Amino acid sequence: MSYTTQTQTSVQEAGESAGNEFLAFTLGREEYGIDILRVQEIRGYEPVTRIANAPDFIKGVVNLRGTIVPVVDMRIKFNLGTPTYDQFTVVIILSIAGRVVGMVVDSVSDVMTLTPEQIKPAPEIGTTFDTDYLIGLGTLGERMLILVDIDKLMSSAEMGLIEKMAA
Amino acid sequence: MTIDMSQFYQVFFDEADELLAEMEKLLLALDVSAPDSEDLNAIFRAAHSIKGGAATFAFNDITEVTHMLESLLDRIRKGEMALTPEHVDAFLVSKDVLTMQMDGHHHGSSVDQDAVDNVCQRLKALSQGIVADAPAAAAAPAMPPEPVQSAAAPVADADGNFSFRIELPEVPQRDVDALAAELGLLGTISQEILDDKRVVFTLATPETQDNIVAICSFVLDPDDLRITHAGASQTAAQGDSGYGIFEPEKVDAASQPAAATVESPKPGQPATAASAPAAEAKNLGRRATDKEGSNQESSSIRVGVEKVDQLINLVGELVITQAMIEQRIGALDPLHHERLLNSASQLARNTRDLQEAVMSIRMMPMDYVFSRFPRMVRDLAGKLGKKVEFVTRGAATELDKGLIERIVDPLTHLVRNSVDHGIEMPEKRRASGKNESGKLTLSAAHQGGNIVIEVSDDGGGLSRDRILAKAKQQGLPVSDTMPDLDVWQLIFAPGFSTAEVVTDVSGRGVGMDVVKRNITAMGGTVEIRSVPGAGTTIAISLPLTLAILDGMSVKVGEEVYILPLGYVIESLQPVAIDVKEIAGEGKVVKVREEYLPLIPLYQIFAIEPNFTDPSQGIIVILESDGKKAALLVDSLVGQQQVVVKNLESNFRKVAGISGATILGDGGVSLILDVSALLRSSHQLYADPIYS
Repeated sequence: MSYTTQTQTSVQEAGESAGNEFLAFTLGREEYGIDILRVQEIRGYEPVTRIANAPDFIKGVVNLRGTIVPVVDMRIKFNLGTPTYDQFTVVIILSIAGRVVGMVVDSVSDVMTLTPEQIKPAPEIGTTFDTDYLIGLGTLGERMLILVDIDKLMSSAEMGLIEKMAA
Repeated sequence: MTIDMSQFYQVFFDEADELLAEMEKLLLALDVSAPDSEDLNAIFRAAHSIKGGAATFAFNDITEVTHMLESLLDRIRKGEMALTPEHVDAFLVSKDVLTMQMDGHHHGSSVDQDAVDNVCQRLKALSQGIVADAPAAAAAPAMPPEPVQSAAAPVADADGNFSFRIELPEVPQRDVDALAAELGLLGTISQEILDDKRVVFTLATPETQDNIVAICSFVLDPDDLRITHAGASQTAAQGDSGYGIFEPEKVDAASQPAAATVESPKPGQPATAASAPAAEAKNLGRRATDKEGSNQESSSIRVGVEKVDQLINLVGELVITQAMIEQRIGALDPLHHERLLNSASQLARNTRDLQEAVMSIRMMPMDYVFSRFPRMVRDLAGKLGKKVEFVTRGAATELDKGLIERIVDPLTHLVRNSVDHGIEMPEKRRASGKNESGKLTLSAAHQGGNIVIEVSDDGGGLSRDRILAKAKQQGLPVSDTMPDLDVWQLIFAPGFSTAEVVTDVSGRGVGMDVVKRNITAMGGTVEIRSVPGAGTTIAISLPLTLAILDGMSVKVGEEVYILPLGYVIESLQPVAIDVKEIAGEGKVVKVREEYLPLIPLYQIFAIEPNFTDPSQGIIVILESDGKKAALLVDSLVGQQQVVVKNLESNFRKVAGISGATILGDGGVSLILDVSALLRSSHQLYADPIYS
C-alpha cells in the first residue's frame, strides 16, 4: 500500500501523466498501454454504420446507449495485424476531453501498474507510432509495453476525429 | 385568434424568480469599490429581461420598478456614476419589492404600495445623484437584530427550580391528565384553563426544557407546544423554529416583539432591515398569505435538460431491448408460450406509451412562443402610435422545449425592436409610398439541418452611417469600407444602440446584446439582412440537435439513410427514355416536363448499389431553396419520426450529412443534408466529402 502511495507522489513530482495504471492491449504482435483513466468501458465489436468517404480506419459510428460514437480501427490506422471482426474483436471505449471514441484492437490483456522507473523514454525509431504520441516504453519483467499518449493521439489532426476550429 | 395569456404566466414567474435570485446573488457578491463590469452587465440584463417579460404580460407595476432600476444600473454600467453601497442597498430593496409584486400577481397576496413608492423614490433620487435620504441611509447598515434569545440564563428560584409555562394545543382531557401526571414527576405542577379551552401548565422543576419537550412529545407534537419561562413574553415561542427558541427568554424581549419574530428570509442581508419598520409590520401579514400561496403552486416542476435527455436515451434503449425480446420470442410456439407472449405484447404497449410520454416532455410547437406576441405587438404599436400587421408562419414547427424556453427572450427583444425601431410612423410610411400599416412577420421553418426563425419587418431598415458613427463614438474598431454584414453585426455589441431616445420599450442596446448571447449559448447564429427603406430581417438559425424530424428512410445497397420529409416532393421510378446523359455533366431526368439533375447517392457516398440504372431503382424528387433534383436510391424503406442526434458531439461534421439517428434495431442511420447535396452535388462528385 505504501508502495503505491509513494509511486503516485513521485509520478506527480516528475510531472508525468497523473495515472500510473495502464490498460494493456495488443495490436498485431505488439503490446501497447494506455492510461486506464481514459477508458470508459470495453465492449465487443458490433456492426457499425459506415461514414461515406471517411478514411479506412474510421470504421463508422455506433449507438452507445443513445450516443453516437465513432469507431476507429487502430490495426488499419497503424497497419498492424489483420483486421478481422468476430466475436473476439474488442472495442475500447475511450472518454477523451468530453468526447467518446471507440477504438478497435486485437485483444485486451490486463491492467498494469508502472512506476516512473519502469517507464523508459521512447526511442526515435522502432515503433509505428510517431514518438510525439508516446509517453515511453514500460517494462515489466519480460514484457514491454508501448505507452501511448491517447489524448494527444485521438485529438490529433492525423486521426481527423475532431474538427479543427479553422476547418 | 384568442389567446389565454395566463397559460404563460407560470413560465414568466419561474423565469423571473430565477432572474431575481441570480440578481441578488450577484449583488451580494459585488465588490463595491471595484465592481466587475461583467457582473454589472449581468445584473442589468436580469433587470432588463424581467422588464421585458413583465411588459409582455402587462404587469405595469413591475415594469415601472424595473425600468427605474435599469436606468440607474445603466448609468453605473456606463461609468457615468460610481457604485456606492447605497446603490447596492437600494437594488436589494427593489429586488425584495419586485419579489413582493411578483407574488402579488402570482398568488394574489397583498402588495405593500408604500414600500413600492419608497423604492421608486429612492431609485429616482439615486439616479439623480442624490445620496439616499436620511431614514434609508440610517437603516441600511443596521443588520437585522440578532434573535434575542438565549441571551440570559433562566432565573432559578431558591430550590434550584425553574418555572416554566407550558401552553398545550387543544387536546383531549385524557391526554391532559396523562401529561399532568408525567410532568408532575419532575416537580410541582399546577394547571389552568385558558379562554379557548386550552390548558396551560405551570411547572416548577430543576429539569431542563429539553426534558419537558421530550416527555410531552410522547403525547403530542412538540411543535404545537408553547413553552416559555414563566413571565416571559409569549411571542418568543413560535413553534416552527426548532428547539432554540424554547430557551427561556429575557423579559425585555417583549418590548420589541417585531424584531424578535420577523425572520428575515436571508439572514445577514441588510436589505430587509433597510425597509422602514412600518413596512415590516405589513410584511408580516404578507408572509402569512405567502404560505397559503406556496401550498397551491408546484403544478409544474423545472427539470434540467440533461435529466430529460438521459431519460430519452434510456427509454430509447428500452425500446430497442423490447424490440429484441419481441424478435426472440417470435420464434416460440404460441400454443406453449401463450402467457409469455401476452406479457411481451403488454410490455410492447407499455414501452411505446412510455416513449411517447417521454418524447412529449420535450417537443412543443413554436406556437407556444409565437402566440404571446400578437398582444404585445398590438399594445406596443398602440403605445407608439404605429400601425402594425402581425403575421406568423410555421407555428406548427416543433422545437425542443429547452430551445423554446430559451428562444422566448431573444424573440421578445427582436419583436420589440422591430416595432419600435424598424417600422416607421404611419405618416412617414405614407410619405415614402408604403402602406400605412407596417408588416411584421415571424416565421419558423426547418432548413438545411437547422431551424430558422425569422423576424422581419418592412420598415426603414438599418442605417449604415448611423451604426458606423455610433460605433466610432463608442471606440469600436470599425472602418468605412466594412461590408454590410459586418456592420449589421455591430449592433450586437454590448450597450450599442442608435436610438435617439431611450424609452422603456427599447433603445438601450441591451436587447441585441442579450439576443446574441442567448443564441450563441444555444449553438445558433444570428444573421441580419437589411435594405434601407425596405426593411430588416433577423434570422436566427438554431442547430437541429434536439429536434425531431419526420424522415423517409431510403436504402442504397446495404445502407439506410434518412431523408428529411420536408424536402421530399415525390418519388417515382423513371422510364429509361426519360433519363438523358449530358456529356461531362452527369445525367438528367425528365419529370413532368421538367429536367432535373440526377444525383446518384451511391456515387456520392461510394456505396455498392443494387441498381445503377435509374429505371430500375427509385428516384426521390427533392426541393430546397427553390432548387430541385432527383436523388437515385435503390428502394424506399418507410417513413418514421426520428430523433436527431448530433454527429459532431463525438465526431466531426461530415459533408452531406446533417446528423444521425438510432433505428429500431439499435443501429445508427445517417440523416442526409439535402440542401448541401443539392447545393453542391457537382463539387461532391469532384472532391472527396471527407476532406
